[in-house]
Amino acid sequence: MFSVPAPSPTLASVPEARVTDATTALGVHRTAVRRHVLVIAALVVVLVLVAVASMLLGSNRIGVDRVLDGLMRTGSTTDEAIVWGSRIPRTLIGAAVGAALGIAGLLMQGHTRNPLADPGLFGVSSGAGLAVVLGVYVFGVTSTGATVWFALGGALVASVVVFSVTVAGSGTASPVPLALAGAAVSALLGALTSFVVLTDQDSLDAYRLWVVGSLAARQLDVLGAVWPFLVAGLVLAVVNVRALDALGLGSDLAKGLGENVLVARLVGLGGITLLAAGATAAAGPIGFVGLTVPHVARALVGTGHRLTLPVSGLVGAALVLLADVVGRLIGGFSEVEVGIVLAVIGGPVFVAVARRRSLVSL
Amino acid sequence: MTGAAVRAPGRAGVRIGPIGLAWRPRVFWYTVASLGAVLVLVVLGVAIGSTWIAPGIVVRSLVGLETGPDAFIITTLRLPRVLTGALVGLTLGIAGALTQTFTRNPLGTPDIIGVTSGASVGAVAAIVLGGGTYSVSSLVLSGGIPVAATIGALIAAAVVYGLGWRGGVQSYRLILVGIGVSATLDAVTSYLLVRAKITLATAASQWLVGSLSSTSWSSVWPLLIVAAVAVPIALATSAALGIGQLGDEVATGVGLAVQRHRLLVIALAVVLTAAAVAAAGPVGFVAFVVPQVGLRLAGTNRPPLLLAGLLGAALVLAADLLSRAAFPWQVPVGIITTVIGAPYLIWLLIRHRKEMSR
Repeated sequence: MFSVPAPSPTLASVPEARVTDATTALGVHRTAVRRHVLVIAALVVVLVLVAVASMLLGSNRIGVDRVLDGLMRTGSTTDEAIVWGSRIPRTLIGAAVGAALGIAGLLMQGHTRNPLADPGLFGVSSGAGLAVVLGVYVFGVTSTGATVWFALGGALVASVVVFSVTVAGSGTASPVPLALAGAAVSALLGALTSFVVLTDQDSLDAYRLWVVGSLAARQLDVLGAVWPFLVAGLVLAVVNVRALDALGLGSDLAKGLGENVLVARLVGLGGITLLAAGATAAAGPIGFVGLTVPHVARALVGTGHRLTLPVSGLVGAALVLLADVVGRLIGGFSEVEVGIVLAVIGGPVFVAVARRRSLVSL
Repeated sequence: MTGAAVRAPGRAGVRIGPIGLAWRPRVFWYTVASLGAVLVLVVLGVAIGSTWIAPGIVVRSLVGLETGPDAFIITTLRLPRVLTGALVGLTLGIAGALTQTFTRNPLGTPDIIGVTSGASVGAVAAIVLGGGTYSVSSLVLSGGIPVAATIGALIAAAVVYGLGWRGGVQSYRLILVGIGVSATLDAVTSYLLVRAKITLATAASQWLVGSLSSTSWSSVWPLLIVAAVAVPIALATSAALGIGQLGDEVATGVGLAVQRHRLLVIALAVVLTAAAVAAAGPVGFVAFVVPQVGLRLAGTNRPPLLLAGLLGAALVLAADLLSRAAFPWQVPVGIITTVIGAPYLIWLLIRHRKEMSR
């Protein structure tokens, strides 16, 4: 096959190697733990700062006092509308979407063992996109609140299709068929979407705005629609951590370590789907986060998923919020969509990270 | 790679100068079959259109035995389109096989070197800014888009390669740099699309799917020249590609100049892809699917280059034929290549269950 088979040490040699590792690496281990705690603490601080900035800054330039008034519902109705109708939903949705996409991307790259895999690889983005376009084309649905449900439905259906194809194709849903089936289904759905938007200009108009990814004009009802999916996805992701580390050694070794490979895949893919579907429905397909954040997380804390999972969540959340704040400020009256800001600023930063760091490959 | 012809034990082969080929019957017969399919599709593609021209006349015109109105339709209207389609498929197929092999990643399409994203920014900017700000005649526009796309593609690829360089290029770092650069460029494209007038956005979207509807002889020549130079070189690197797949240490040990080889492979993929994209836009899915299909048909451990190229040509020709024959309006060829290619790959994945489950 195309992927390089993982080196499979004979089982007899493994315990011996582990003993020597444990004795010599104890000191190293302790400093590594301290560093990891520092990294996570720093990320939490950054996230809080960015969230505060997201509450305070926006295209309506209002001071801290007015934001607080709005928050306490003691000020004018304008302040209240800005804070409760725009700033709070955006901050919450942005953080949730960023964390969900970061974690979904980490799981996706872990399961496919492919650095090019993003959460959209399962057809989640393309399925949601086709459903949104059909919603406009067939039913004339354009409001954000209603679009969410179309996107959710499309994302879930598409990922079930991808997963069925993969299991039909490889039994245990091994990495390469998974990536290929996902890419094939995504491309097919994307082609159908193109077909519709090239036929109908109203659909194109709605689609081009949706597809870049934006947090604008989202109310709290959007979060109300997607949070059960995000929470369920997060639970599955956390449950999947141990199995994912084992699967990183290759399916055979994971089996030897007592993992049920098919169950582990099901849990992981379920988690990816729920997280990515929820995030995509809320803010459109922001592919950049899921694709790049896991690489940043691995550069910060290594490959173990117990650490990369929270780090991916924190980095993703901070990144999306930061990009959204920047987008609000640079555009003047017409703000720049978060997906565009993320990629335009995040792309070069990511390139710099990829150049500087000694890379931790999958 | 010098010395007397050495035959690998147990496998017959041919050797012409420095190039040695093992005799693989499955690769050979599938290559012959897909070459036949390409020829048939070329004749059909010229024959079918708003007026039907009998295949006999088509073949006679192609070899120059026929003059008259039919020959005019064939040589000035239909042949350039069909040739462009065939060449686009050929170049994209080979480029995809090259990049998938050297990244050792089935998702490693030429897109990862930034070619497609760069070309898209160039072309979309030409369409959106050119058409929006000034009233540019359609003649200038049709000449401008391929040039803009080519410039964008080459600059993007140079940037990715340059930034990926750290005392040599390593495929993993190159992939990551490619992700970052492509994401940035795609965001610029999105920005242009979102801010453009809806009619221009439609035109740009059409280009972004890949279309053969505005081809002429002027789109054939650059493509033909690039293919004539780059395809033979690509085929000659085939043996080195196999060695490169073993990993840098082993490849160096066997005597491959790894960095030079990698630069050559990337340059070939970039040039082939840029030529194709300039002529017809980023025709969807061809560079991704065709090498994977070729690999599964031939049962090899990496995509066979020539087979991938011929399958690509056949796919684009068949898709173009379908788009002209089966729909009331001409659906862009990139949509049809995906609609044919994706289910076929899925079917292959399901059929190959036993081989794949390892």
